[in-house]
Amino acid sequence: MQRIGVFVCWCGSNIAGTVDVVKVAEALKNEPGVVHSANYQYMCSQAGQELIKQAIKEHNLTGIVVCSCSPRMHEQTFRKTAAAAGLNPYMVEIANIREQCSWIHKDMAEGTEKAIVLGRTAIAKVNLNAPLTPGESPVTKRALVIGGGIAGIQTALDIADAGFEVDIVEKKPTIGGKMAQIDKTFPTLDCAACILTPKMVDVAQHEKIKIYSYSEVVDVKGFVGNFDVTIKRKARYVKEDVCTGCGLCTEKCPMKKVPNDFNLGMDNKRAIYIPFAQAVPKVATIDADYCNMLKNGKCGVCAKVCTANAIDYTQKDEFVEEKYGAIVAATGFNPISMDKFDEYAYSQSKDVITSLEFERLMNAAGPTAGKLLRPSDGKHPHTLVFVQCVGSRCASCAEKGKEYCSKICCMYTAKHAMLTRDKYPDTDVYVFYIDVRTPGKQFDEFYRRAVEEYGVHYIKGMVGKVSPEGEKLIVQGSDLIANKQLKIEADLVVLAAAIEPDKSARPLATMLTASMDTNDFFTEAHPKLRPVESPTAGVFLSGACQGPKDFPETVSQAGAAASKVIGLLSKDKLTGNPCVAHSDEMMCNGCSSCEKVCPYGAITYADKEFRGPNRTTLIRRVAQVNEAICQGCGCCTVACPSGAMDLKGFASKQIMAEVDAICK
Amino acid sequence: MQVNEYKPKIVAFCCNWCSYAGADLAGSNRLSYPAEVKVIRVPCSCRVNPMFILRAFQRGADGVILCGCHPGDCHYTSGNYYTRRRMALLFSMLDYLGIEKERTRVEWVSAAEGAKFAATMNDFVQTVTALGENKRLEDLRCKK
Ligand SMILES: Cc1cc2nc3c(=O)[nH]c(=O)nc-3n(C[C@H](O)[C@H](O)[C@H](O)COP(=O)(O)OP(=O)(O)OC[C@H]3O[C@@H](n4cnc5c(N)ncnc54)[C@H](O)[C@@H]3O)c2cc1C
Ligand code: FES
Repeated sequence: MQRIGVFVCWCGSNIAGTVDVVKVAEALKNEPGVVHSANYQYMCSQAGQELIKQAIKEHNLTGIVVCSCSPRMHEQTFRKTAAAAGLNPYMVEIANIREQCSWIHKDMAEGTEKAIVLGRTAIAKVNLNAPLTPGESPVTKRALVIGGGIAGIQTALDIADAGFEVDIVEKKPTIGGKMAQIDKTFPTLDCAACILTPKMVDVAQHEKIKIYSYSEVVDVKGFVGNFDVTIKRKARYVKEDVCTGCGLCTEKCPMKKVPNDFNLGMDNKRAIYIPFAQAVPKVATIDADYCNMLKNGKCGVCAKVCTANAIDYTQKDEFVEEKYGAIVAATGFNPISMDKFDEYAYSQSKDVITSLEFERLMNAAGPTAGKLLRPSDGKHPHTLVFVQCVGSRCASCAEKGKEYCSKICCMYTAKHAMLTRDKYPDTDVYVFYIDVRTPGKQFDEFYRRAVEEYGVHYIKGMVGKVSPEGEKLIVQGSDLIANKQLKIEADLVVLAAAIEPDKSARPLATMLTASMDTNDFFTEAHPKLRPVESPTAGVFLSGACQGPKDFPETVSQAGAAASKVIGLLSKDKLTGNPCVAHSDEMMCNGCSSCEKVCPYGAITYADKEFRGPNRTTLIRRVAQVNEAICQGCGCCTVACPSGAMDLKGFASKQIMAEVDAICK
Repeated sequence: MQVNEYKPKIVAFCCNWCSYAGADLAGSNRLSYPAEVKVIRVPCSCRVNPMFILRAFQRGADGVILCGCHPGDCHYTSGNYYTRRRMALLFSMLDYLGIEKERTRVEWVSAAEGAKFAATMNDFVQTVTALGENKRLEDLRCKK
């Protein structure tokens, strides 16, 4: 039997004005378990807290009920008070007789009667409370960043600058992401490489950062502060620590017809390659699909020319296991495939290209050395048509496009149009748009410059069809403002393709038990207040993997994610919330119902030995809750058909007792 | 004229993160609603087991209302989606057993919606009062 103390607060006249506090304290004296009942003007004051502490000691109280303001206000205060007097802080319950009683009722009799019921309810609950101790777990002071685009780079640099070790896992042979492919950046038009490559060098040289390039995460176990991650280092057939990046092999390799994915297949590379001059790490990689030596053992030129002896045709995929305290997903995005958009003749004509391909065509390091030339015949185009929102904002074309706005296309199309007119004043540039969306610092000004200074023709309307005719591309579209149909003879058509999360993000999210929305963007712990954390503790989000973003937004979010990681890694130990789910192994039948509804992946199963009849041993599969991961929502307790799962601090018995007390 | 003195018993389950805070806000703004409503705080609306609701009716409650965060806003991301589905099932079963649908309700109340909380409670109490006492599931052994 508990020994309960009841403390009724007046809160000046806030409570005492409509609740007869003396009467409440008197009435609650007779409730089961209550051995002491008092009232005081301000329980939360120093003197009020002293009164509670003294009573705890004097009456040997095992639980207390404070009838006062909302627990959201002072539950912590009174828990600390209890702890200071040697009582477990979870033996405290609050009856909310201010916000939910005195402040809403005007009649003294009514208020008093309700306050007594609320007090009685809290007492009924405390009678069933048990002391709880929050679990503690150590923190591995090292972070993992998955994806080495600008988001991953910035997050890693910020974490490393704070003094923590960071590993970056990048699936491609080099870090840099989309930013390395982009020519100039809106709204300032500075060159992307000039601002990105110094950061890539910083990453390479930072003593706290390790890069696993050409690698993927294949398994994640553990929980916040204690993740065990398996990383697959794909065989690149070149010893990374030996290769000097001189590039001789990439010139001598006889296999010249390998589509260059860095230039989106618009030119060729060799079977051994370095993606671009400033790649980090600057190490060659062999494309096993094309290398003659790997395919049929005939060649070996690269090994012969390599003075550093870095080539190793026998290399195998390697698996490394590492421990981390925090994980950041920074897997970015990709433009969607244009294959299904036949109306724009993307697969019929080489001169219909995507915006990312256009970036490569304009880039001095690109396939045309920065000259704007038609991919089909290398001629200079005079009439260019840009089509915005290809596959974006398209609820009706869900099978090939996306419902959402890709956000960045209005701005980069304005950039493309402006750059074209700037470099080649002899061109005619048309942009078809549904809406022009330019919220952002200096964004609308930028778009207006394209229209007003550079004379880009903006046409509100959609393009219905692009048909190749001879050397020309006939673009048919509607001008909704002039209300007429247009037919433009274009030389080059550029499609602003919608963007989507990287395809590898979904399996990764499953490994991380992080949740995703229907579009496969990672979801945040709270859409407004916790935008860089995933609902899974210890997993954070950076960059376009969380939603479409431009560079400034990506970098801000990357820094925000880093600061959250730093906050976590700065702790030596994590104290959990003790009000977590708990499974009674004797009752659990291992049905998996709880695991299915847990939003955090906190529930696992283990085979346990039980005593069976006649001294036999039975092995049964039972649920186990990882207290460091469980957030205490209680969803599993309802899903459990055998009643084995319960929530500490909000146990079924406790809530039923509250129900009974109210309905008495 | 006879004055109707009947006062229903109403149990309101509120999730800690949105609706309980919404109830507090109703108090801070001094928006009144009948004293018959007594709130039980739960971490999330999905903590509410159908058993609790059955128990309330057995013990003589006349109406049970369950409040949680708006869909998409649950502190635990998906809890209230489970609530919505579970309660849809439970309430139709209760209706079948003779506990009128009007005696049970799920309502989304955010931490900013003090006014909605008060209005919801006023409306709910009125509805249940009009229905009168719930005798259908009441366990007479619980009565003294
Ligand atoms: C045509 C075009 C023009 C643009 N122009 C501008 C501009 O002018 N100004 C501007 O502000 N923004 C511009 N943007 C937007 C900009 O590209 C993005 O904001 C930015 O690249 C997002 O960075 P990120 O690091 O999140 O993603 P990414 O750049 O996509 O990087 C993600 C990285 O993660 C790697 N990765 C993916 N999955 C995995 C995995 N499972 N394991 C390991 N690694 C993985 C990828 O290989 C990649 O390196 C443009 C975008 C496009 C398409
Ligand atoms: S926390 Fe409010 S409904 Fe889940």
